[in-house]
Amino acid sequence: MKRILIANRGEIARRIITTCKQLEIETVAVYSEADSELPYVKEADDAICIGKGPVKDSYLNMEKIIEVATNYNVEAIHPGYGLLSENGDFVKRIEQAGITFIGPNADILTLMGDKISARRAMVEAGVPVVPGSDGGVTSVSEAIQVAKEIGYPVMLKASGGGGGIGMVLCKNEQELSTSFSKIQSRAKAYFNSESVFLEKFIPNARHIEVQIFGDQNGNVIHLYERNCSVQRRNQKVIEETHSPNLSEQTREKLYEAAKRAAKAVSYTNAGTVEFIVDEAENIYFLEMNTRLQVEHPVTERICGIDLVEWQIKIAKGLEIPLQQESIKSFGHAIEFRVYAENPNNFYPSPGKISTLNWGNQTNIRIDSGYEQGNTVTPFYDPLIAKVIVHEENREQCLQVARSFFKETKISGIQTNIPLFLHILENSDFKRGSYSTNLLKQMVTN
Amino acid sequence: MKKIYAEMAGTVFQLLVNEGEQIEEGQVTVVLESMKMEIPVESKFAGEIKKIHVSEGDFVNEGDILITIG
Repeated sequence: MKRILIANRGEIARRIITTCKQLEIETVAVYSEADSELPYVKEADDAICIGKGPVKDSYLNMEKIIEVATNYNVEAIHPGYGLLSENGDFVKRIEQAGITFIGPNADILTLMGDKISARRAMVEAGVPVVPGSDGGVTSVSEAIQVAKEIGYPVMLKASGGGGGIGMVLCKNEQELSTSFSKIQSRAKAYFNSESVFLEKFIPNARHIEVQIFGDQNGNVIHLYERNCSVQRRNQKVIEETHSPNLSEQTREKLYEAAKRAAKAVSYTNAGTVEFIVDEAENIYFLEMNTRLQVEHPVTERICGIDLVEWQIKIAKGLEIPLQQESIKSFGHAIEFRVYAENPNNFYPSPGKISTLNWGNQTNIRIDSGYEQGNTVTPFYDPLIAKVIVHEENREQCLQVARSFFKETKISGIQTNIPLFLHILENSDFKRGSYSTNLLKQMVTN
Repeated sequence: MKKIYAEMAGTVFQLLVNEGEQIEEGQVTVVLESMKMEIPVESKFAGEIKKIHVSEGDFVNEGDILITIG
């Protein structure tokens, strides 16, 4: 591969450029008018403006992106995460243009992108799923009937949803009745499908996911788990590997279930199988993310592997570079997602970053999409940087993170760094004994 | 005349009121979308909607007037 196009923006576009430079692959970046000053635009070998700020006018414009890819004669497209990364239609169009998609094939994206068909595929493969409706529910009365069978509280979800969008917790019949049409219309607006389904809500659950890789020869390996239970609005804020407070038996159970899930759909390239783990350490399949995850760097740190390099190799048709028994992990890694937002109510805080000073610590990985002087615009998600700490053990990670965030100075926008400092002093977090309720409890207190 | 302003930059996702309508204090009038989040804009006053200054899909900056209330 000599040249690839990156159909993404911000920190992940920059992250992909870094690996491509090491592999001596040229990069073509695409950007919106709102992103013209960002570092990734300058760091790519070529950068082409593809439209206005709103994603539908730029980063979701498949035709324009494929036109650029063709004009610049790229051999492959890396989709990053979000945006078009899980869009089966995009993959088909790329392949029709004779270009390689760095990710799984269109059929896998379509199967796993629909939560209902994904659930069915997992049930068939013998992977445990959260108790819920067998398929989609089409009316309030049907939803109420299913909820009676599985018991409240329930989660009502859009089949095409993901990333915390298009789902709502319903504690009783009244809430379910009120939310039903709202989620249905939201599903239609955001995901172009009215299809919704129900799952039992598992209280005090942890969100633990397994990184997997598959290749075109049918090999599947895992790269351990990540605990992503620190969330706000069902979106991740802090991720760590290995997961604290998890028995070896459950860990193995997760790896096996993830590999079984991947094998069942002949998975290729990088993927993540997300599970809910309840208080008794029962595991339930939640969803499969058919792309590189935001939080992939923690896995890279403990395994000493460049996941983007692996993605490119597998897209070229090569085998997974290592066999399962040669994959080892070292130490503990934690990622903090620095969001441009109010740390108390999590409201967005767009604006110009007048100061961006990460301090003087050298043993920290910072994947930042922005530099001092750049403007965070309201068009995209609020992630401005990821801070990844890797040390011998968890205790040391927390210690290093504390002093790092005390030194960091960001002004012009608000960030959630003050919240990190609170979390790092929270006794449940320090003990590693926390569920997805952690932030809700902290904010209430 | 009282005015409702955009508290942050974003896109007008939904208009929930019409001109001529009587609204109450605390009523959600507009939903803005910023950084993939929906932000409800409540009215700080009761009164009649005299003018709506924006349409759905418009981009607004922080401090822009959304609605005038009589």
